[in-house]
Amino acid sequence: MECNCIKEWKFADPKIDAGLLEPTFEKYVGVEGSLIAVLQKAQDLYGYLPVDLLAYISHRTGIKPSKVIGVVTFYTQFRMNPIGKHLILICQGTACHVNGSADVEAAIRGHIGVNEGEISEDGLFTYNNVACLGCCSLAPAIMIGDKVYGNLTREKTVSILEEIKNKEASE
Amino acid sequence: MKVFVGRGSCGNAAGASEIFSMFEDSGCDVRTVGCVGMCYLEPIVDVQDGDGERRTFVKVDEKVASEIIKMVKGEANNADANSISKEDIDILKAQKRIALLNCGVINPDDIEEYIAQEGYSAVKKAVTEMTPEQVIAEIKVSGLAGRGGAGFPTWFKWNAARNSQNAKKYMICNADEGDPGAFMDRAIIEGDPHVLIEGMMIGAYAIGSDEGIVYVRAEYPLAIIRLEHALNQAREKGILGNNIFGSGFSFDIRIKAGAGAFVCGEETALIASLEGERGMPRLKPPFPAQKGYWGKPSNINNVETFANVPWIIKNGGTAYSVLGTENSKGTKVFALTGKIAKGGLVEVPMGISINDIIFNVGGGIKDGKEFKAVQMGGPSGGCIPKNLGDTQVDYASLAATGAIMGSGGMVVMDETTCMVDMARFFLDFTRKESCGKCTHCRIGTDRMLKILERICDGNGLKGDIETLEELSVHISDGALCALGQTAANPVLTTIRYFRNEYEDHITNKKCTAVQCKPLINFSIDEVKCTGCTICARKCPVGAITGELKKVHTIDTDKCDKCGVCKNICKFDAVEVL
Repeated sequence: MECNCIKEWKFADPKIDAGLLEPTFEKYVGVEGSLIAVLQKAQDLYGYLPVDLLAYISHRTGIKPSKVIGVVTFYTQFRMNPIGKHLILICQGTACHVNGSADVEAAIRGHIGVNEGEISEDGLFTYNNVACLGCCSLAPAIMIGDKVYGNLTREKTVSILEEIKNKEASE
Repeated sequence: MKVFVGRGSCGNAAGASEIFSMFEDSGCDVRTVGCVGMCYLEPIVDVQDGDGERRTFVKVDEKVASEIIKMVKGEANNADANSISKEDIDILKAQKRIALLNCGVINPDDIEEYIAQEGYSAVKKAVTEMTPEQVIAEIKVSGLAGRGGAGFPTWFKWNAARNSQNAKKYMICNADEGDPGAFMDRAIIEGDPHVLIEGMMIGAYAIGSDEGIVYVRAEYPLAIIRLEHALNQAREKGILGNNIFGSGFSFDIRIKAGAGAFVCGEETALIASLEGERGMPRLKPPFPAQKGYWGKPSNINNVETFANVPWIIKNGGTAYSVLGTENSKGTKVFALTGKIAKGGLVEVPMGISINDIIFNVGGGIKDGKEFKAVQMGGPSGGCIPKNLGDTQVDYASLAATGAIMGSGGMVVMDETTCMVDMARFFLDFTRKESCGKCTHCRIGTDRMLKILERICDGNGLKGDIETLEELSVHISDGALCALGQTAANPVLTTIRYFRNEYEDHITNKKCTAVQCKPLINFSIDEVKCTGCTICARKCPVGAITGELKKVHTIDTDKCDKCGVCKNICKFDAVEVL
């Protein structure tokens, strides 16, 4: 069922096409407890959850805005700011910590030139620290997209980023 | 000949996906298996000949893979150098595998391979030959206790849920493996998803549930894909669904992806999260067995717990209970990580000593360094020092040291690990993961972290240790759930066993493990330095200057104390002051 309110709803980010969420709303209409699933789908589609999109989700699902924002801010998976093309997850689990994840983070921060959660100038990278990727025997590890890179050193980390950069430049 | 490639998340990260494609492209009969647990040997490839004899090759890079391909095709035989060593085979043989029985052996994407290992025969036996009460009685005999951390008797929970009168009940699997340093649940789901499904089915039959939910961490995408696939196969085969094995018992399972919150490992928080809420724990009672998901009786067990169930039903509770100790029955999977030579997953009978696990199964400490301590039980557990290495691994003995069994994460530390920094690390974790409901936990962990941070920064004050101890008691008393109640354990155990390190930081402003950067400075020994320039070239921040064959110097203002120069110097000329 097409909802007429899409046309009236304005999003600050012009890249957000609310229509893409329609199948999700349809799937979960009347299904109690599906807020997290809707938010996960929305973040998959748009990369982040800006506040006006959350207001729209609240409007469409009938869930109070305070609850929507409460859930979004509770879980580490959700972010309200846009990210670079490649999201780097730096594992900060115990095994990675004792094997030098701080150095890996320093190398990444130094190379992309921004702090956690920010977008690098070329728009390619954002990094986030995460609790544990479950690849403890490869510590220290990072995950870019669906790929895990392990046994990292500063040099190896930088060369991984360079490789992605070069690939992007050639495309 | 058949080729098997270990393709868990960690195997893939080590390059198994690329190796797999090579075998595929060369026309070999190649299939995926899960993780066998020997992560230090990844990527691992097995080759099985016509007689069923299996040979294992380890650390298989592209070059070795092409040699194996030649061998499979009968063209040459030059892959022997990468055959698994006898020592490593012995490590595998020394284990007792129940939960990990099929991991690394069968293809997780093929239900027929699971069935060929007598898979789903246990649930068939349960639903066609046993009453739910008999199933619970068998689990009681086995002595199986919750493997997720609390160690609560499984039969007791099942019995409570069974006795709860309601037409609708839920069987929930906690696969929100949040303990940083543990990954057995991921390995089981990725390597043998059907064993989890079968375990849940047996449990559901026992409590009288028709609907199961697996709550999986979002950080485990491969586990979700494999489990989804396995569920579909089980449905197609008629194993999941209505009237299972003609018994009248009906059951199905769905997956719910978590959104990242450690506290959701707590039962009531997990239920809140399943209901789409903030994952905050609530007061018990009522227990989930009385009022759980949507107010209905619910039973929640961990992945590893479920993975033991089919074996117990097949072999009998007594066969399980003879393993382990008087009060801790059966086997336990441990994730060996940190400064360990042979890191990975091992499954051993309860009661084996910590030293046995680290030195016999784990090959000792990496790079010939000295064993200092092991963190057991993650952020809720504690650090057990070297001199307690003879401690038996069972629930009671570990609790006596101040640590806990937890989910089985063992992070091994050597002399380069600073124990104050470890305590700071864990408090940083619990402070971030505290849901904020209880004041003592929300604010107390923050206060403790601030104190630990200033100690690590060299600004520790006299009396800080005592304040930490006092706060620990308050947080433990004032918190509703296990996260808060155990948050101080890493601090308390490190103070108990490594008080001298705290005092060194506070009084002498020294970090003997050379980890706390504000407390250390690097300098170059003028006598030892040969002016080889390698440190200057490798320094990531350009803090080292010097000409060829002349003594180099470090600009302490620029230096970010990463230690690259010290590690790379062949003449041992970089000193730490």
